Parts: sequence; C-alpha cells; structure tokens
Amino acid sequence: MSGVAIRVEGLGKKYRLVHRSLRNYRTLQEDLLGLPRRVWSAARGLGAQPETFWALKDVSFEVSEGQVLGIVGRNGAGKSTLLKILSRITDPTLGRAQIYGRVGSLLEVGTGFHAELTGRENTFLSGAILGMRHSEIQRRFDEIVAFAEVEKFLDTPVKHYSSGMYMRLAFSVAAHLDPEILLVDEVLAVGDAAFQRKCLGKIQEVAKGGRTVLFVSHNLNAIEELCQAALLLEAGQLRLLDRDVRLVLKRYLFGEQQTSNAAEWHNSGTEHRNPWFQPMRFVIADQHGQRHSLPLSNSDEFYVQVEADVSQPYPALHVGYAIYAEDGTLLYWSFQTDVPEPDWPTLHVGRCVLRCRVPAHLLNEGTYRLELLASLHFRKWLLEPGVNAPQVSLIIRGGLSDSPSWMAKRPGLLAPVSPWTVIR
Amino acid sequence: MSELNVVETRPPGVNAESAPRPERPPYVVIQPARGWHLMAWRELWSYRDLLWLLAGRDVKLRYKQTALGLIWVVLQPLVAALIFAVIFGHFGKLPSDGSPYVLFVFAGLMPWNYFAGALQRAGNSLVVDSNLIRRVYFPREILPLASTAAMLIDFAVTLAVFFALMLIYQVPLTWRLLALPAFLLLTTIMALGASLWLSALNVQYRDFMYALPFLLQVWMYASPVVYATSIIPKAWQGLFSLNPAVGFIEGFRWSLLGTGTLDLTMLFAACVVGLLTLVSGAYVFRRIERTFADVL
Repeated sequence: MSGVAIRVEGLGKKYRLVHRSLRNYRTLQEDLLGLPRRVWSAARGLGAQPETFWALKDVSFEVSEGQVLGIVGRNGAGKSTLLKILSRITDPTLGRAQIYGRVGSLLEVGTGFHAELTGRENTFLSGAILGMRHSEIQRRFDEIVAFAEVEKFLDTPVKHYSSGMYMRLAFSVAAHLDPEILLVDEVLAVGDAAFQRKCLGKIQEVAKGGRTVLFVSHNLNAIEELCQAALLLEAGQLRLLDRDVRLVLKRYLFGEQQTSNAAEWHNSGTEHRNPWFQPMRFVIADQHGQRHSLPLSNSDEFYVQVEADVSQPYPALHVGYAIYAEDGTLLYWSFQTDVPEPDWPTLHVGRCVLRCRVPAHLLNEGTYRLELLASLHFRKWLLEPGVNAPQVSLIIRGGLSDSPSWMAKRPGLLAPVSPWTVIR
Repeated sequence: MSELNVVETRPPGVNAESAPRPERPPYVVIQPARGWHLMAWRELWSYRDLLWLLAGRDVKLRYKQTALGLIWVVLQPLVAALIFAVIFGHFGKLPSDGSPYVLFVFAGLMPWNYFAGALQRAGNSLVVDSNLIRRVYFPREILPLASTAAMLIDFAVTLAVFFALMLIYQVPLTWRLLALPAFLLLTTIMALGASLWLSALNVQYRDFMYALPFLLQVWMYASPVVYATSIIPKAWQGLFSLNPAVGFIEGFRWSLLGTGTLDLTMLFAACVVGLLTLVSGAYVFRRIERTFADVL
C-alpha cells in the first residue's frame, strides 16, 4: 500500500526583488506618481524589468505514502518556499503539485497563539487555525494538555507562562493534529534540549504511524535519525534525492568538489565585494603557506590561511573560522580577536594574509568542513556562517598518537593528546 | 502574476506521460491559475469553527483589560445618541418623524456603527493577522468574515439597549419589527462586500486604513444617521438616495420605530448595490488573495 502521497512536477516560484526599502507593501502615492514614468518607459519598450529571482526552480519529485523525507540545503536554497507552496500558503509561479491527503503544516510553533488568551482558549484557537474541527480538539484536549504538562495553568493567560510552557503547549496542539501528510519546518530549533528531544520523539511517532512527513531542518542528526530519504536543494534547484540519507547529507556538507581541491577556496574577484575585507583565498596550508594535500595526518599541525583585500580598515573587524564535523556539529569558532585587544593582529590596506595555527593531535579522524567568517562587530556579517561563508573541507586520517593502544579512530569528536601525570 | 488554484477532490484527468497513478484522486492540486474564481464556499463552510473562534477572540480581546468591559459597547452609542439628540433635536429643532429624538438617532446609529465598525476592523484584519497568513493555510476570507461577525455581537448588545430605551419612552413595537432581520442582512451584505474590497486592497496599499476613518465620517453625515431624510430638499433627494447606506438606515428606522414609509425603489437600489459589492468584493479578494503571503 505504498501509493504516492505527494507528486511535485516542475514547481517554480519567482519573487520580485524589492530594492526601494525593506517593506514590501506599496502606497498608493508611489504607484500613482510612478505611473507616468512606467507608462512612458513601457511605451518606449524599455520597461524597467523588475529584478526577479527564482526561489524555486523546476523542482520535481515524488514522495510515497508513509515516507519520511528530509529536506536539506543552505539558507535561501528554497526549502521554506517549497513547504510554503505545499501547504498552500503561497502559490507557485510554475508547475504543479498533487497532494493525496490532508496536509498539516508545522512551519512555526505557536501559530495563532495570543498572549492575552488563556491556555484553554489558545488550544482551541490554534487547533482551529491549523485545520482541526472543534469536536476533534475537544476529543483530544486532555491528551494535548497532558503532553504539554500545563494542566494547572489552563485558565491562565499564556502571557504569564514561562517560555518553556508556552512552547510545550504550542507544539502539543500542533503535534496532535492528525494529518495524513505532515510538513515540518525547523520547529526543533526552539526550546531546550529536553523539549527538542520530546518534539523529535513525537515526530518519530507520527512517522512510525505510517504518516508521510516532510521534514526541513538544519539539525542533520535529526534528519539522519528520522528520515528514510533526503532531498538536497541548492539555489532553488533539486540537486539530489536519494534513499541513502548519509549520501545526501555528505553532498550537502561538502559539495560536489573532490577532496584534492576542496582544501582551497578561490574568489573569482566578484564575490563578497566590500571595502573592509574581501576574501580572495581560503586554504588549509602548511607552515610555508602552501596548500596542504589531503588527507592530513593527525600528527600534522596545519594553518587556516586567509588572503583578503582591504581598502578601508575597520577597527572592529572580526575574522575567523568555524569548523564542523561530518554530521554538521559545530566544533568551535575561532577569531583573530579572541585575545586581549592590544594583541589583535592589525590589518593593513592592500592584500593581507592571515593565518591561524591548528595544533597537531586535536581533531579526530574524519572529514571536517571549515567556514570562513567575517563581521563588522555588532554591525553586520560580511561572511555569515551557513549563509554566505566560503568553505573548504579537511580530511584527517591516521597519525592519531604515538600510543600503541590507539592506532584506529578514537570515539568522540576530538582526539587531543593531553599530558597525564601522577600527582600523588 | 499567477495564482494558486486549488481544485478540491477532482481527478487529475488523463495524462499520457504519467506513470501508474494511484486509484484515488488527489486531495488537492496546487498550480498557478489564470482567471477569476468566486469564493470556495464548501471549503469556507468546513472552516466555520475557525470563524466563530476568531470572532470570539476579537470580542474577548477587545474588552480584556478594561474595567467596564461590555458596558463600553452600550455606553458609546448611548452617549453619542444623547449628544446628537441634544444638539440636533433640542437646540436645532430638527424633525424626527414623530419619535423621541434619542430613539430616532439611536435607531440610525445602530446599523451605522455596525457597518462602520465592521469596515474598520475587517479592513485591517489581514494586516493584523499577517503572521497567520504567512504561516498557515486557511481560506483568507475567514479573517474579514470573523471581524464582521464580532461586530454582530456588539450589535446584538446595542439592540437590547434599544429595546430597553423603547420601554422607557413607552414606544410600542409594531409588526414591522419582523422585517428587521432582512435589513440586518442587507447591512451585513454591504459591510462584507466593502470589507472584502477594503481588506484586500489594504494589503497592497496601507493608505486605505488612513483614509477610512475620515471617509466614514463624511459618509455618516451624508447618510440620515443623525437627521431625518425629510430635511433633505426635494431637489437633492434623488442624489441622496444613491448613497447605499440610506437604504438600510431608513429600513432600520421603519421597522424599529414604526414611523415613516419605505421607499421601495431606494430599497431595491440598495439591495442591488449591496449584492454587487459583495460579489465583486469576493472576486477581487480571490484575485489578490494568492499574493497575500508574499506581500504581507
């Protein structure tokens, strides 16, 4: 009984880029005043074409009944747009999707909650907004409240709830909606660890119950744990869809490029243009500044080296890198400004070359991903993690320690060799 | 601009290039569509619980942190009616077709306040609940509908006050009262039609919400809310009756106070205008609806 639950054919969504200002509504005045100009330019056939971009482009796939599909991609890859189209919040520009079953979407926890209303009132309201009938909510009311553990505060306005209670109730309502197809977007990003585990468990339960689930998350561990297939979106296009979830995640994390040149990133000259810090090269280097060939041995020390053009030095410029394990777990951030201010390395106008030493015997065997970060402190990101940061990968194999006991990969993310002594 | 066309429970049709299709038809088909669509009544009906909950929320929230609560609903028109009665009836000596001026004004204020309130709340409803629109699907018409329904509850309270006033002034009820639901329906149709227009346009152009209070004030004085139609010079009567609000206000007075005569031509015109507004409003709303989530 594995029919199709969702069939997506050539789905595309085009947005108009709005430069004028941050708001996206218009005022009558602007439109009326702009009318003569638009008519004039249209008449001359030069119509100032509004700049557009495709948030989603020619995406086709099928999800069979009962399948749990993970959707991964960097920010802006079109994941949320896809879910928004499938949950009918916004319309596609092209293509179509056929959906075989009642859809419940969980795009944000607490949709429809109002601070002034009590827990009870909010439960009914939020349930109805998510598409439940009144009788349905009534039937499952006790269950919802028990899951959220807020029995005592049902008649208290939710503005007096702790954020944990609020989240639990909000998620609980959504989790008890009984759709045949569930769309989940990043709800696990909120709440504490215990709450996240509970959410994950509930989603797992839904999935085991034979329901179809589409699951967007940056939590790759969760994706790997829950999903039977994964879909990778890149710049609005479907890059890879496979039952081998690990394969998709790997492609997402490390891209298509192969190990040899992955240790180096080059700027063609047009990317990341800015006067403060335009990165030109990002490389895993040896002590002479030459690119290291991969894999590295655990006993090698290496340098994270950045070359960048500076035309206008900024006093609080922070440059650093983030390093991620294969499953996406962040190991640490390091910035040139981690030391007391007088010791900060100063950048000069022109081509700067900065590097940071990573000691030997720190990282375990495995594949790592490094992102180059830069920010004008407290003002804006120039290179933001997960958004536009250039990345390279790093492979470490062998040379774990000189100990006879640990020749193979050690458990854990790190494999530092720290000195031990007997003090008593 | 393209739109989302949702066709419910309809088979996808024969499609030569398709692989083996499941037996059952899709629950929904999502695709860009062209052209105009009227409201999806069946879908709207399936969301009726949400309508009542949202209307209830509106009423609850409005008077949540107030000491007087629902008394405000009574106080506002009552004080307004008193002021108008003193100024226009007592000082201005305007005719009131034989009824006490307070009752006369109150009978006009009730439908007007309902109409104007619905317009104001419903017109802004999509913007106020933009976070819902951006996150969940439901028929968007629900929001202006719920705002109007919430005003209906206010209306019911003021109607009770009106009957109390009639008791005080010892004005008898007549059989004409039976026609009141029809006039209420007419008012509702007009309010809904205008709300659909207004709320949809307000998403695109926020100007409407600034223009509205001013517009409503002008409109109120252009309608026989605080004065009788009889004071309008004969020459202007024709133009005056083009105002669709005249129809339902006069209808309310006629059925509640039992005075005056009903101008059937004018009433018919009001019905036609009301229905046209509603149908065109529904079309426009549907037309713009698909872009709400992108614009809000």
